[in-house]
Amino acid sequence: MTISMSALETNPSGLIGTLFEEAGLLSRFTLQAVRAAFRRPFEFGEIIQQTYAVGWRSLPLILTSGAAIGVVLSMHTRAVMERFGAESLIPSALAIALIGETGPLMTGLLVAGRVGAGIGAELGGMRVTEQIDALESLAVDSIHYLAVTRIIACMIALPILTTVMNFAGLGGGFLAETAISGISLKLYFHHAFETLDLLEYILPTCKTVVFGFIIGTVSSYLGYTATGGSKGIGRASTMSVVLSSMLLIFINVLLVRIIFILFPAGAL
Amino acid sequence: MTGVLPTIRFDGVSKSFGGKRVLDNVSFDVPQGGVCCILGRSGTGKSVTLKLLMGLLKPDTGKIFMNDLQIESLDSARLVKARKAMGFLFQYSALFDSMTVAENVAFPLRRHTSMSESAIQVAVKERLAAVGLENDLDQMPLELSGGMRKRAGLARALILDPSILLVDEPSSGLDPVTTREIDTLLLSLKSAGNTTIVVVTHNMTSARRIGDQLVVLSEGHIVAQGNVEEMDQSKIEVVRQFMSATRGD
Repeated sequence: MTISMSALETNPSGLIGTLFEEAGLLSRFTLQAVRAAFRRPFEFGEIIQQTYAVGWRSLPLILTSGAAIGVVLSMHTRAVMERFGAESLIPSALAIALIGETGPLMTGLLVAGRVGAGIGAELGGMRVTEQIDALESLAVDSIHYLAVTRIIACMIALPILTTVMNFAGLGGGFLAETAISGISLKLYFHHAFETLDLLEYILPTCKTVVFGFIIGTVSSYLGYTATGGSKGIGRASTMSVVLSSMLLIFINVLLVRIIFILFPAGAL
Repeated sequence: MTGVLPTIRFDGVSKSFGGKRVLDNVSFDVPQGGVCCILGRSGTGKSVTLKLLMGLLKPDTGKIFMNDLQIESLDSARLVKARKAMGFLFQYSALFDSMTVAENVAFPLRRHTSMSESAIQVAVKERLAAVGLENDLDQMPLELSGGMRKRAGLARALILDPSILLVDEPSSGLDPVTTREIDTLLLSLKSAGNTTIVVVTHNMTSARRIGDQLVVLSEGHIVAQGNVEEMDQSKIEVVRQFMSATRGD
């Protein structure tokens, strides 16, 4: 990806061509990865290792971010609800906001930043130091071994991390709320979940599997195709975050719309 | 060379990158058990030749044969299978930097054999001892010197006992003593006679020491090929320049 604003200014038609070319190459890479995912060997060991790297190592970031978001959302919600004398609805409103949208999207964006950059830089480094060629020369399908395992790891880790984010957020919200109103933990969580049914929890959380697929695929592609030494590695890392975040936000709009159409009862 | 079936055959191979023709109608054979040294100035397509052989790149035109397999026409599954018979020592070794030296060498065994872990450990120790790295099993690649990395890379390339070994610049950046050590390792493979070796090198001393057959590339073309004696007699300027480099003319 070598698209720049100067390219847009000097040669807009060339830029459009480059965009289409990159989109085509990314689509081809995605197709190769999907096909490779169903071929033996299934690389379970590598998937577990990558899931640990993506999931477990993201936990501190997700936990602290979730708690902070919960506190802030709780304070904002209280400010609004107090005007209408509806303080008892604060846990419920917080749960709806967190579980329906804020939790999944924030988790996706945070993982795109932490993991997407890491995958882009790691695979980019392997590309420019010929380690990917070395894998191929050792009769290993590098797309399968490097990309598919990371894509699957992201798809596994994202819903789990989203659940962690949701509960960390509710925990943060509880701390903020109990400090003001003295509400008990049991009553807080009772209010939080009394208006949510299971489908309303499952659908937004499952949506993050798609986010994981996007983050894994985009960052693997950009790392896999990196060129130009350390500058190329930096570019792959940065573009992994930018492109996967942009795609994630765009796809989120589509997914929310699809959920509204297919599961009206589950749409928040 | 006559009478011996070629293990490797390049037949009219051309390859371009971004409009620049790196190889132009290149043809040569390497017989089974032979050592072919590809010589040429930087940027003449030597490393590209090795990558084409390994199937890491596809030629624009021409055919590449390894034994009876036409490399560029293989699908990915058959290419992976064909590569199990090949070893590749990269110019900068390309060791996996997240693994120790022993894990790097064990990697092909863990992937492609059903050997027990204890048998793998024994094989790895033996192979690393053969390249003088028996005391560096747990070192990370970044902790090794250039020569040690090269030897570790050679141990990894040879761990599956490949019938074809491709070596990219084995002596680049190395001192003459380490260069001689690597040459000695390649000569021991040559004398065993089971491995066909293609070496890309700038180092004429090494090429004279190990090569049965020298191929000189210039601007994407083969300008001369033959054994050391034939090349010493060559009247072609670029060949004379290379061959005189070690005679001190």
